[in-house]
Amino acid sequence: MAKKRVVTTKINGDTVEFLCEPRQTLLEVLRNTLDLTGAKEGCSNGNCGACTVLMNGRPVDSCLVLGVEAEGAEIKTIEGVACGTHLDEVQSAFLENAALQCGICTPGFIMQTEALLAENASPTEEQIRFYLAGNLCRCTGYDKIVQAVQSAATKRQSGCGTTACCH
Amino acid sequence: MTTAPKPKYKVIGTRPIRHDGADKVTGRAKYGADIKLSGMLYAAMLRSPHAHANIKKIDTSKAEKLPGVRAVVTSKDIPEQGDRIVELGEGAVNMRHLASNVLAREKVNYRGHAVAAVAADNIHIAEEACKLIEVEYEVLAPVMDVIEAMKPGALVINPDVKDENGKPTNVAKTFCFEKGDVAKGFAAADVVIEKEFRTATVHQGYIEPHNATVHWNNDGKVTVWMSTQGTFSARQQTAELHRIPISDVKVIPMEIGGGFGGKISVYLPPVAAALSKKTGKPVKLVMDRAAVFEATGPTPGSVMKVKIGAKKDGSLVAGEAWVAFEAGGYPGSPIGMGCMCVFACYDIPNAKVDGFDVCVNRPRTNAYRAPGSTQVAFAVESIIDEICEKLKLDPIEFRLKNGSQEGTRRVDGPVFPRIGMKETVQAIKDSDHWRQPLNGKNRGRGVATGFWFNCGLKSAASATVNPDGTVSLLEGSTDIGGSRTAIAMQLAETLGIKAEEVKPSVVDTDSVGYTDVTGGSRVTFATGIAAIEAGKDIINQLKERAAIIWECDAGQVRYEDGSVHGPKGVSLTFKQLADKLHHTGGAVIGRGTSSEATQGGAFGTHAVDVEVDPETGKVTILRYTVAQDAGTAIHPSYVEGQFTGGAVQGIGWALNEEYWYDTNGTMRNSTYLDYRIPTCYDLPKIETIIVEVPDPQHPFGVRGVGEVPIVPPPAAIANAIHQAIGVRMTELPMSPPRVMKAILSK
Ligand code: FES
Ligand code: FES
Repeated sequence: MAKKRVVTTKINGDTVEFLCEPRQTLLEVLRNTLDLTGAKEGCSNGNCGACTVLMNGRPVDSCLVLGVEAEGAEIKTIEGVACGTHLDEVQSAFLENAALQCGICTPGFIMQTEALLAENASPTEEQIRFYLAGNLCRCTGYDKIVQAVQSAATKRQSGCGTTACCH
Repeated sequence: MTTAPKPKYKVIGTRPIRHDGADKVTGRAKYGADIKLSGMLYAAMLRSPHAHANIKKIDTSKAEKLPGVRAVVTSKDIPEQGDRIVELGEGAVNMRHLASNVLAREKVNYRGHAVAAVAADNIHIAEEACKLIEVEYEVLAPVMDVIEAMKPGALVINPDVKDENGKPTNVAKTFCFEKGDVAKGFAAADVVIEKEFRTATVHQGYIEPHNATVHWNNDGKVTVWMSTQGTFSARQQTAELHRIPISDVKVIPMEIGGGFGGKISVYLPPVAAALSKKTGKPVKLVMDRAAVFEATGPTPGSVMKVKIGAKKDGSLVAGEAWVAFEAGGYPGSPIGMGCMCVFACYDIPNAKVDGFDVCVNRPRTNAYRAPGSTQVAFAVESIIDEICEKLKLDPIEFRLKNGSQEGTRRVDGPVFPRIGMKETVQAIKDSDHWRQPLNGKNRGRGVATGFWFNCGLKSAASATVNPDGTVSLLEGSTDIGGSRTAIAMQLAETLGIKAEEVKPSVVDTDSVGYTDVTGGSRVTFATGIAAIEAGKDIINQLKERAAIIWECDAGQVRYEDGSVHGPKGVSLTFKQLADKLHHTGGAVIGRGTSSEATQGGAFGTHAVDVEVDPETGKVTILRYTVAQDAGTAIHPSYVEGQFTGGAVQGIGWALNEEYWYDTNGTMRNSTYLDYRIPTCYDLPKIETIIVEVPDPQHPFGVRGVGEVPIVPPPAAIANAIHQAIGVRMTELPMSPPRVMKAILSK
């Protein structure tokens, strides 16, 4: 077994140091070492998007990133999206639009949506469907997720929602 | 989107935010794999690389010596079961087969079959140790095809499965249903269409893999944390397999990341329990995606021969079906239900169905939303389409003429009560989709109808009135798609309070009465009834409390619109009275149970427009509409969600999902990349029409909605493809190579 390394990152705005073996994925570190279990493991090979987090602002499948690769990175997970007790527009839009059934895919979809809206404030339906195509949902048939993303975009643009303020 | 309640109701028909919503959008909700207990060990499973083999020897000594390994178990660590058949909520199960499926005994019956398991300090050590376990196999030829498996000289997979003469066979069960005189019926027909169909093995594809964390305590009490469709069923299966009293096992439901019928059978809890028993520590066991595909229960592939006859005027006169389902490595496919569904959508005076449950070297199959119905609907609805074409009849008018209705007798006997089959057909006829013409080359429109029984079974609930006028509701139905809210809404409606004032919790097997699985589209119906009963119990107790306050007889107290009303115009709101409960005798706890044999049955009709690329065979869905009878929609958003979710699973089944096996019986596409489920980019918007023909068996008229929507898509799409390019697809999935082949052989 290779020696553990010390990795220093910023996670949801806080500086975090953790020890990890080279073979451990970022997903494993988040879930098992840091108890941030919001990112889910659906496949552990980059096919389902349930483990999506933002790494330096970009969405990544955290099951395809090694823990040691997170050195110096800024990570944002689903746990860092709400501001205190305020849900951000994407989170509340998912609830208002009933965009989840079992909810296991939801953290990944929300992170991917955050990345989409940061890149493109008013995406078309086609753009939404394209950008979210790496996130699998087996329950909803996707319609309500697409609607939620549209409504979050509208809310964020008109400034009437709660923008995540913490980080 | 309407948020107004139905005129009769205050809560039902509205769209409140689900009670567990905040937890699920913040990552706080705890699913099965999210649990961490102090001292917990991590386990991994060794699985068979062969589809069919005898196990000669298992040597675990090297694995046991690896530092960090705490225990290794094999089938020897699960007690011998003998020839016991046990009723496990959703049907009788042969315990020897269940035990062998959980950890293989003398032989492995499919690739991925669990052979041994290791508990270690971390998952990497456990996985390494699995590689050190030496298993000596005597490899046998795999029997992969249903028809091959049924042939007389076929290699028999389970020697203890015998025919009526006591001869070992792969045909574990046969069914026969008959009504009227089939020969006479066909003799009277002007048109008879007969075809053979095949459908591939498909998986439910829930995103959350199976999991179980188990602690076997020093007092012999076993606690299981897992995501499951049925805590009580998981408790019973775990207890039976370890031959301990069911009350020694407590199952604590974690949030569940999808099930669709695939999370009823246990795979992991008995194994994690054996590891915990050996180590004295809690043990967590989680499947990886390949194991989910290879070793849990997909739903059966099928071979079907269906023949239907009609008269010139379009009336159906006879039907005959021969249906064989893959059972997988052990008996128990949903063939019986498939047989009952074959002709359920139509009033056919003469019909006969033969069904066969056939063991093959694939994982033991399971339910997948309306188990058995999708396969048979593909066959029957395709033939109905051919009949309409031959007789130049409109497929909608044909269904309105021949569709089942109240009083129609199914081929397996039961007579339908009030149902909404024709109403769903009419809804499609009236839809914008159907009224818009479809133009363009290689484009076609198809329609198909589907049926599911919907079951009742047993549920329990209890509810406590809090001093602030809220109500805490405890129920035992694990919530896969928002059912907590649908049940809380029914209690709120009963009590005349707001949905938000009911706080529902799904609790463990020690904290609520026996509740059957979340399956059969039963939860909103049956657990809903239990919650309504609990509400009525609360109302009776509240009347008594008010009578104490008003010093009158409880018979003089009325409960109306969320208030108690007494003599001389006195009244108290629910909230005001709740505040006085502690001075009038203490807590008010209502309880309710339900035990309905059946529901009224549910139907859906789907319309689809497709475009077929004649160069590649690729089918693109252009427009899709679902119309389904929901009885009474409690929370319309989640009803629509079931419609769209089920339809999209059906679309995946229709167009590309299938298990690909090589000649060794190895599944070659056991990843999401290769077993491709639909993504949001593959689909247009799915339009939904909620039809409401209330089910008289439920106080608010609820019909379960979860299962029917998966049934019509393959047939509807096949019919659309036929209209688009003139070929009749008889095999699922209708993937580009198959469509191309059909085009080329036209
Ligand atoms: S778990 Fe990372 S993509 Fe599926
Ligand atoms: S809500 Fe269940 S997978 Fe998306």
